[in-house]
Amino acid sequence: MTNLEIPALKPEKQNTRTFRHVLTVIARDPLSLASTIAIFLFILIAVFARQIAPYPLEGAGKTNVSNSLLPPSWEHPFGADKLGRDVLSRVIVGAQPALIVPIGVVLFAVLIGAPLGALAGYKGGRVDELIMRITDLFLAFPSLLLAMAIASALGRGSEKAAFALVISWWPWYTRLVRGVTLSLKERYFVEAAQAIGVRDSVIILRHILPNTISPILVQATVDLGTVILAMGGLGFLGLGTQPPAPDWGLMVSDGRIYILSQWWIATFPGITIFVVVLAFNLLGDTLRDIFDPRQYR
Amino acid sequence: MHKFEFILRRLLSSLLVLIGVSIMTFFIARVVPSNAAELYIGPKARPADIERVTKQLGLDKPLPIQYLVYMNELFHGDLGQSLGSKRPVLTEITGRLPATLELLFSGMLLAILIGVPLGVLSARWQGKPLDTAVRIISIMGVSMPAFFLGLLLQIFFFRNLHLLPLAARVDGDLRFTSPIVETTGFFLLDSLLTRNWVAFKDVFLHLILPALTLAAYPIGLIARMTRATMLEVLEQDYIRTARAYGVRDAVITYLYALKNAIGPTLTIIGITFAYALTGTFFVELIFNWPGLGLFTVRSLTGLDYPALMGITLFGAVGYVLINLIVDLLQAWIDPRISMK
Repeated sequence: MTNLEIPALKPEKQNTRTFRHVLTVIARDPLSLASTIAIFLFILIAVFARQIAPYPLEGAGKTNVSNSLLPPSWEHPFGADKLGRDVLSRVIVGAQPALIVPIGVVLFAVLIGAPLGALAGYKGGRVDELIMRITDLFLAFPSLLLAMAIASALGRGSEKAAFALVISWWPWYTRLVRGVTLSLKERYFVEAAQAIGVRDSVIILRHILPNTISPILVQATVDLGTVILAMGGLGFLGLGTQPPAPDWGLMVSDGRIYILSQWWIATFPGITIFVVVLAFNLLGDTLRDIFDPRQYR
Repeated sequence: MHKFEFILRRLLSSLLVLIGVSIMTFFIARVVPSNAAELYIGPKARPADIERVTKQLGLDKPLPIQYLVYMNELFHGDLGQSLGSKRPVLTEITGRLPATLELLFSGMLLAILIGVPLGVLSARWQGKPLDTAVRIISIMGVSMPAFFLGLLLQIFFFRNLHLLPLAARVDGDLRFTSPIVETTGFFLLDSLLTRNWVAFKDVFLHLILPALTLAAYPIGLIARMTRATMLEVLEQDYIRTARAYGVRDAVITYLYALKNAIGPTLTIIGITFAYALTGTFFVELIFNWPGLGLFTVRSLTGLDYPALMGITLFGAVGYVLINLIVDLLQAWIDPRISMK
């Protein structure tokens, strides 16, 4: 048996979709440019958190009761919380779980959702019907509600919250990739591969999935903001990273009772969540204008 | 396809989804936790209690039988007993429903009244400063954590301006001065029906900040998606024809295009309900609003497992029903949908 295979063709060049074009659009729009820079800054902060944080030990949870409820000052720009911990340091150290966990969530959601979507779109018929009905089922739950139910069944902790979010997020990627696959199926390179008898699994893996990457990336950027927001919400409810490690959502929750007097405890972590999510959403919005993954739905 | 057939199909598919939902909640409630019986009794479980509950829930039986036991309970309206209050979970939920629905409806009404016009205006002035402003406002809306926005509004309107109350559904003193006679449980409606204007004003003032907090995310979502829908409609042939005939821009946007954008906008509003539903958890906690959301959060912190599972089921069923209603409404407005 000869192992005939044609190389996966690059998607037909459309100058609106080249990397350079994306960069030009982003550079021309001040908001997108600012968000891109902000995202890179936050990633840098998350990676070098322990080196950047002025009080890394307090950031990780060490208490310093003599500083309890200290207002913002030069030594403590974001003030100190009830246990005297530097709020700035906690925000910085908290950037690690706040960014890395959502990236993991989106990654796993894509890894589960995308192949199923390609399979459903490519095979059609009963396989398609079955897979899509399963996604309907998962989408029947408001995602945060499902995540809360799962997190409460499994116990607390950021990895459990993350697992719960993956469970409620993957169907969106199945739907997206299925749509893209349906339009790819009509293209010559897929038909050519079918004509020379390439196996279905190879067609899906080598010819279809690689061509779904750009819509997935756009959707993932938008989703990252939403997942960070959802993780913040789960953290606020005590279902995220467990104390004494810092969690932005939990910090807002802890500062809530002091909000009318020691406003800084909740305000700074709250603003941080807002700014990070805003940056991802603004960038995602621009990317969506360029690629428009919705056209496949 | 006839309208009747469409409705029947849609009802059937909703029923299928509901069965699926029950299987999923069953798994989360009974199968996923390794110590389900313990969770149903609470932290101070004695071995004898665990054995009793294991029997009662049928946890020692094969899965299909367990599911049947679970479904049997559901059909009898038995969602178990709340560990916190020792009262049936269903009673706890239905008792708190009016407070949450009043908040949810006010928030969604606000979101529609603000979001739809913003989206329409944005589409009409596409690429103009107004469009950019709406874009920024709506993206800010979907980026703001509800639990943080609530706090900011409290600082601003309560502490700084002394304009609006901090939290709760009514002022504590109202009980003595002009108490609300509860008939529907919707305080706005109840006070209106009895012409209790003092109470009506008080309830209204208490409702503003929570409803606004809840509406922020839906406003952003509705504005963005209404804009997209409008732009799509504005590209169609009949609009171009109208333009060629010299029909005024305003008439085209607000009369011709808006009419055809209503259907898709309804779908968006249906989707948005899911966000608002979970938004109530945070809003009710921040504003000490005595509804389902606050009950959910209390159950979470109190590890009230039966209550949480009841709420999950209830929320999912509610969400499926809302989407069903939206679809049927849409088919009624736009007959083409039931033809497909």
